[in-house]
Amino acid sequence: MKTWIEKQKALIDFTLASLARRKIKNLGLLLVYTLIVFLLASVMLFTHALRKEAGKVLENSPEVIVQRLVAGRHDLIPPGYLEKIGRIRGVQKKEGRLWGYYYDGVLKANYTFMVPQPDALMAVESGKIAVGATMARMRGLVPGNTISFRSYSGKLFSFEVSSVLPNKSELVSADLVLLSEADFRAFFELPPGYYNDIVLSVANPLEVRNIATKLSTLLPDSRPILREEVLRTYESIFNWREGIVLVLLSGAILAFAIFAWEKASGLSAEEKREIGILKAIGWETGDVIKMKFWEGALVSLAAFLLGYIAAYLHVFRFSSWLFEPVLKGWAVLYPRFELTPEVDGFQVATLFLFTVFPYAVATIVPIWRAAITDPDAVMRG
Amino acid sequence: MLVRLSHRAIAFFAIVLALFCLTFVDAAYLRAARAAALAESGVLAARLGLTDLSLFTEARYTRHPTQADLHSAFQDHPMAFEHFPSGSLMPPPRMLTKEYENLDRKTKSPD
Repeated sequence: MKTWIEKQKALIDFTLASLARRKIKNLGLLLVYTLIVFLLASVMLFTHALRKEAGKVLENSPEVIVQRLVAGRHDLIPPGYLEKIGRIRGVQKKEGRLWGYYYDGVLKANYTFMVPQPDALMAVESGKIAVGATMARMRGLVPGNTISFRSYSGKLFSFEVSSVLPNKSELVSADLVLLSEADFRAFFELPPGYYNDIVLSVANPLEVRNIATKLSTLLPDSRPILREEVLRTYESIFNWREGIVLVLLSGAILAFAIFAWEKASGLSAEEKREIGILKAIGWETGDVIKMKFWEGALVSLAAFLLGYIAAYLHVFRFSSWLFEPVLKGWAVLYPRFELTPEVDGFQVATLFLFTVFPYAVATIVPIWRAAITDPDAVMRG
Repeated sequence: MLVRLSHRAIAFFAIVLALFCLTFVDAAYLRAARAAALAESGVLAARLGLTDLSLFTEARYTRHPTQADLHSAFQDHPMAFEHFPSGSLMPPPRMLTKEYENLDRKTKSPD
């Protein structure tokens, strides 16, 4: 065993010395290789963590939301709908929701105005608002400040900021403005009894689908949205986003693959001469292959480890600053949030397999071909 | 005495491997440290009945993709190009397209 280890160490010594002779070329390869792993791992870690985060945050979102569609678009829920829904067996609680969008010309951003449910323990007094931390930061608001909004009818409404929603919940509350029902109805000129949608809670979770079916029959113009659909939407959004980023990256990955393949599989005249000399001085074919195996393994393993560590730090310690412009898009209000690290071992293993193995294998095949030929022929080229 | 290259490589890989393992330890630490923030977001979502993340606030169908109606992403023209960068990166929710497809297949009279 000791002899075997010594032999491998000697081979590694020789391999590293050989790599050091083409220092610039090999360091360049390692750098590009590390960068590719870094990008792939960053996308993977980021989307997986975001997907998990969305799942955990939204697992307590309403069980069923009922919208009313008119000509394919949202419309207000007219009076009487709540009573009709109340007749469906299995519906435990039903509440009309009031929420809508407001475009703030000062910030050139959209806010989400919302009335907290009576049992939400977040009631806001009339004339006051509670605002999301991102919006408060962008408008420079602190509790006690007054802010005015011009409603869609042209009237000016002034509100006192009673509180700022916690920083920690920015991911769901960046643009939220909570206000009282009376203020909401006055601001948007919404007649009494009308709601934007209805939230239902169901006594038996297994009955949710049945209740959605009954709803569609009872109120044909309604569109029930189930919690599982909300969660599935986020799952598919981030799958899609990951896919798109990978497609955009695929050009760079392919370029690297060609570069690495050319570097690993095509032997330079110098390398061929080196193999010829090694064989001439008594190296066996097996030794030459092992030496080249170590070359591939050391380079690819170093690139994988360095790239993965850099990606981890980028996503979870530096708030994925490289991806921020992509996610931000045209949004003026962008929440500050720190993702909870959720690392999928299977994904890491897949990344390892797809980055380390192909390169290690690609180095061995041409060497084997060169190593089994006559040293004299190899040296002469 | 000159240090052998293989020993240097072993030392390098030992350090990098330790750092790699440390990322998992750090992940566990951060998970515990950020659990409160995650729980707070969850509580707020449950209390207010929130359905979406406020990641893309530029348009209503990117702000609330789960609540968007069937035509919201193509409100100007069915073949209109997307206005917003995130809209071009984000597909319409699958449940919407699925529902639409079903209705289509149920049509008995030819279009």
